[in-house]
Amino acid sequence: MNHGQSNTGAISLPGRWFYLLTVFFLALSGFGQMPIFKRYYIADIPGLGWLAEFFITHYIHYLAALLFLAFSAYMIVDYLLSKRRSRQMTATGYVRGALLCGILASGVFLVIRNLTGPNFSPAFIIFLDLCHLGLVMAFLFVSLYCLVFKKQWTTVR
Amino acid sequence: MGQQISRRLFLKGGLATAAGLAASSIPGAAAAAGPDEGKQLATLLDIRKCIGCEACVEACSEVNSKKYPDPQKPFPKMYPNRVPVEDWSEKKDVNDRLTPYNWLIIQHAEVEIGGQETELTIPRRCMHCVNPPCVKLCPWGAAKQLENGISRIDSDICLGGSKCRKVCPWHIPQRQTGTGLYLDLMPSMAGNGVMYKCDRCYSRIADGESPACIEACPEDVQTIGPRDEIIKKAHALAAEINGYIYGENENGGTNTIYVSPVPFEDLNKAIEKGKGKPHLKPVENTMAQANNLAMAMFVAPLAGIAAAVGKFYKGTK
Repeated sequence: MNHGQSNTGAISLPGRWFYLLTVFFLALSGFGQMPIFKRYYIADIPGLGWLAEFFITHYIHYLAALLFLAFSAYMIVDYLLSKRRSRQMTATGYVRGALLCGILASGVFLVIRNLTGPNFSPAFIIFLDLCHLGLVMAFLFVSLYCLVFKKQWTTVR
Repeated sequence: MGQQISRRLFLKGGLATAAGLAASSIPGAAAAAGPDEGKQLATLLDIRKCIGCEACVEACSEVNSKKYPDPQKPFPKMYPNRVPVEDWSEKKDVNDRLTPYNWLIIQHAEVEIGGQETELTIPRRCMHCVNPPCVKLCPWGAAKQLENGISRIDSDICLGGSKCRKVCPWHIPQRQTGTGLYLDLMPSMAGNGVMYKCDRCYSRIADGESPACIEACPEDVQTIGPRDEIIKKAHALAAEINGYIYGENENGGTNTIYVSPVPFEDLNKAIEKGKGKPHLKPVENTMAQANNLAMAMFVAPLAGIAAAVGKFYKGTK
């Protein structure tokens, strides 16, 4: 893989920052769904008090998810229409893409769960919760690996 | 012992078990459908009838005592030190507030009716919201909403983080430290017991019986039935006595509908409020803001697709 050239044309710098910021806020507000930030003093840090407010973290998670969904759809269609001719997905790109698909799918089901009414069975909800958390952990570890070893999503054909 | 085995089995089963169960239990079309309020059971409480005898409180305790916690002592040391131990096991008889051992209380209100000082008594317990935040926001599904609208906390898998109490507009669930699944995981680092609250005698209802509090009431304060019918009855009663309704629209709608001869604003001022003593204030729909955003979430990918297609056609020109 030619990582030296792989940045050019793959994603713009603003796009890269948009991706990083939405993933950061998704992860932060997502972990905020568990009652851990107050217990472990994180919410005591000035400016981070909102992390202990579950309705706020819930709303921010939705907001970031909305932006991430739009961004993901843009990147996928842009790749299929334009980028595919000159670039190809890397192995780590496929792994991250697959993990994100799982996270998005379980997330969509959880959003539906939160609409009025007992929409899913309790067992399925537990499965969704564990699945969403497990895939996020896997995605963050893979992303960390890619960051350390400078693995890109796509490379030049 | 049986409880411990079931916990281990639960953990061992993990995702595979849940996935297997899930595959057989996804109500396909129901997923996207709205609430079926006709299926949800609601209770109507005619406050005028309550005499504060506490027969309901005693019946609740008698029927549900087998579900009460039996904590192991000494409690595991929890870190950091700020994590509060909540132990009600030595105060099981407390019945003037909600506790893990007392899921129903009677609140007293001195109010004026027709120029006369009158004492009203109000049975209080979980409201069983139509869209309960305690259930929906539980981090891993320990709180459940049944098809009939009952919300209940599964004491076998609750970790006692008390998020449900914080997001409940009435702060109903109560915690007992030293019991539950967290003891088998990392008791020092995560979890803090189990949360308890009224489960509206879900197993009795499944067996075709009434909840214990309804059955024991000598004054027939409560009526149970399909939510739409109960709402109609509540409005008819309120019209008849020129009264007021609470619970129909609170938090987007609940399955506990109170009808009072005096405004709930007055009742709320008159009752004792605090920890384990729920208020009677108006409550906004706590799940509404995020759920409104959820609608936009389904449109968001279309915006992304449109932008990419627009860019493509701009580039081809």
